[in-house]
Amino acid sequence: MPENNSIHASEYALKRLNKRHMRERRFKMAGLGAIFVAVFALIWLMSSILGSGYKAFYTHSMTMDIELTESLLDPQKLREPDKLRKGNFRLIIQNSLYARFPDVTDRKARRELFDIVSSSGAPNLIRQMVYQNPDLVGQTLTIKVPTSDHVDQLLKGNIDRNVKEERRKVSDRQIAWVDELIASGEIKAGFNTCFFFCADSQDAELAGIMGAFIGSLMTLFITALIAIPIGIGAAIWLDEFAPRNKLVDFIEININNLAAVPSIIFGVLGLAIFINFFGMPRSAPIVGGLVLGLRALPTVIIATRATLMAVPQSIRDGALSVGASHIQAVFHHKLPQAGPGILTGSIIAMAQALGETAPLLMVGMVAYLTEIPDGVTDPATVLPVQIFIWAGNAERAWIEKTSAAIILLLLVLFLINGFAIWLRNKLEKRW
Amino acid sequence: MSKIDSEISKIKFTCKDVRVAYSGKEALHGINMAIDDRGVTAFIGPSGCGKSSFLRVFNRMNDTIAGCTVTGEVYMDGQDIYAPSLDPVLLRARVGMVFQKPNPFPKSIYDNVAYGPRIHGLASNKAELDHIVEKSLQRAGLWEEVKDRLKDSGTGLSGGQQQRLVIARAIAVSPEVILMDEPASALDPIATARLEELIEELSQKYCIVIVTHSMAQAARISQRTAFFHMGDLVEYGLTTNIFTNPADPRTQDYITGRTG
Ligand SMILES: Nc1ncnc2c1ncn2[C@@H]1O[C@H](COP(=O)(O)OP(=O)(O)OP(=O)(O)O)[C@@H](O)[C@H]1O
Ligand SMILES: [Mg+2]
Repeated sequence: MPENNSIHASEYALKRLNKRHMRERRFKMAGLGAIFVAVFALIWLMSSILGSGYKAFYTHSMTMDIELTESLLDPQKLREPDKLRKGNFRLIIQNSLYARFPDVTDRKARRELFDIVSSSGAPNLIRQMVYQNPDLVGQTLTIKVPTSDHVDQLLKGNIDRNVKEERRKVSDRQIAWVDELIASGEIKAGFNTCFFFCADSQDAELAGIMGAFIGSLMTLFITALIAIPIGIGAAIWLDEFAPRNKLVDFIEININNLAAVPSIIFGVLGLAIFINFFGMPRSAPIVGGLVLGLRALPTVIIATRATLMAVPQSIRDGALSVGASHIQAVFHHKLPQAGPGILTGSIIAMAQALGETAPLLMVGMVAYLTEIPDGVTDPATVLPVQIFIWAGNAERAWIEKTSAAIILLLLVLFLINGFAIWLRNKLEKRW
Repeated sequence: MSKIDSEISKIKFTCKDVRVAYSGKEALHGINMAIDDRGVTAFIGPSGCGKSSFLRVFNRMNDTIAGCTVTGEVYMDGQDIYAPSLDPVLLRARVGMVFQKPNPFPKSIYDNVAYGPRIHGLASNKAELDHIVEKSLQRAGLWEEVKDRLKDSGTGLSGGQQQRLVIARAIAVSPEVILMDEPASALDPIATARLEELIEELSQKYCIVIVTHSMAQAARISQRTAFFHMGDLVEYGLTTNIFTNPADPRTQDYITGRTG
């Protein structure tokens, strides 16, 4: 080092410099550590959900020869769909199974045999077919019916064969039959379409996400209808047209407070106002959507205001100086500038609403429903509430359903957020 | 150089006891002044003395500032521009403004200039609008540089080009007056010289009021100069008189560089 008399080259200064660099390194390490912990937690969460959830995307079904015995279903040969529907299809399935395993004669054993297939799913499947096409009566069909959730779980390895018989859900006999059916190719694994396209059900093997998904869409539609136009309008008014006085200040402070109010409070509010006072239907997407709309409103207002305030005042002044009216200056210049930001803010608010659970429990959207809703006044539930309902079921088969529903919800959220980012990048022309 | 004889020139603005206050705090304490039609009037004075505030009185831009109040009377061609019946939106079409910092719209060069004519319905078809845009850019001395890239961003131009673009934007609506707030403050000497040429040229047709910190600039381009100090109009008269023979010691100090 050349001779240097600067005070910044003294021993003391160099020591200080060293200390400063040390501090910087420590800070970097701490930051890196924090990121590492966060990423680790995320990977753990995702792998545990994916690990148990992927099994819900396939299921086992059994190919059976089913004789639609005329003497049992339609002794009078009327072929009337409405009468046929009431037929004993359970017995038809049972007979077919007994025919497949003629050695099984004991009552208890026969009941166990029938438990291999979905006890309500299999008969209902045929019931539906016969109802739609009465001419099938008398014929023998080869069709695939869902297995019971226990068999499905056994085949997915979730039920331990080594556990004592009385402590597991499937008996030794059932295991033997299933193994035989697997070996012969009668029971096969396949894509679980029902999980995507069925509504909820009491039986795990028949329960699907569609009802909740449609419910979520309807609820979100109402939410967007309420929160986005009102929120953007309110933000524009507050930013540009509101007089500066105590009342407006008070409103502004309370909008910020409102964003921090726990969402369950909005549920209580919705219950009191929309259901008890206005007499709207319980459990309906219209009420859920209104509640979530109110919930999302402050978020949309705050996001919109933030982007509006980020637009330089000079642009508005330029417009005013050539004789644009106030409204024109805002709508021709300020809004287009703020547009991408407003859009992203609104989409993020909708994504939040999609994940909202607590306020919907308050307005009764937690009902157990086996039908896909037809309209916004029909009883419905939403994805996160469906997860909540399924997570409360004790049986093994529901665990994978719950995880799979979480995967779907996260996927939808990722898609929405990705769409928001894509849209912003696309619209944000850098002038 | 075609100096207009200010003695016979018409009066454009007459101000009587104009006061501007921000949130009750007065920034201008009763200004009485008459501004000539045609030619250039320069406002000079130390920073914070109220030049910009006073300039904004003429197109009522102070109205858009929260907490700003203007009292007194201002007449434009004998008409009270603060009368309740007068629409400030129309006033601003007649009184254009160029701001201290160039503020083109984040739109194309063409749209920047075409915006004013569009909202005022000055062109009935595309060809007419094209003509207005071309003419305005030509008068602002920018046409040659941008004629091949009218679709490009206005904010992508250099500072000096942007300043000429906003001048084109202002003259595109055919105003009677152009207010300029330190238009050359961000420009290099060459761009400043071009801008001054432009102002000179525009002053044949328009009444121009310009705020400037450059004594030399005021001396070069203006016919009349007003010196402000701490919210008061200290001295106002022919530029040649103010610079050669100031009546007030404060003016003298300022133009010789002892204050400000
Ligand atoms: N928007 C505003 N809000 C509050 N006070 C303001 C505002 N604009 C100006 N003022 C005050 O009014 C006084 C005059 O300001 P003005 O901007 O008119 O000065 P100026 O002569 O243009 O100064 P400069 O040469 O630095 O631009 C100053 O004291 C300033 O603080
Ligand atoms: Mg100023």
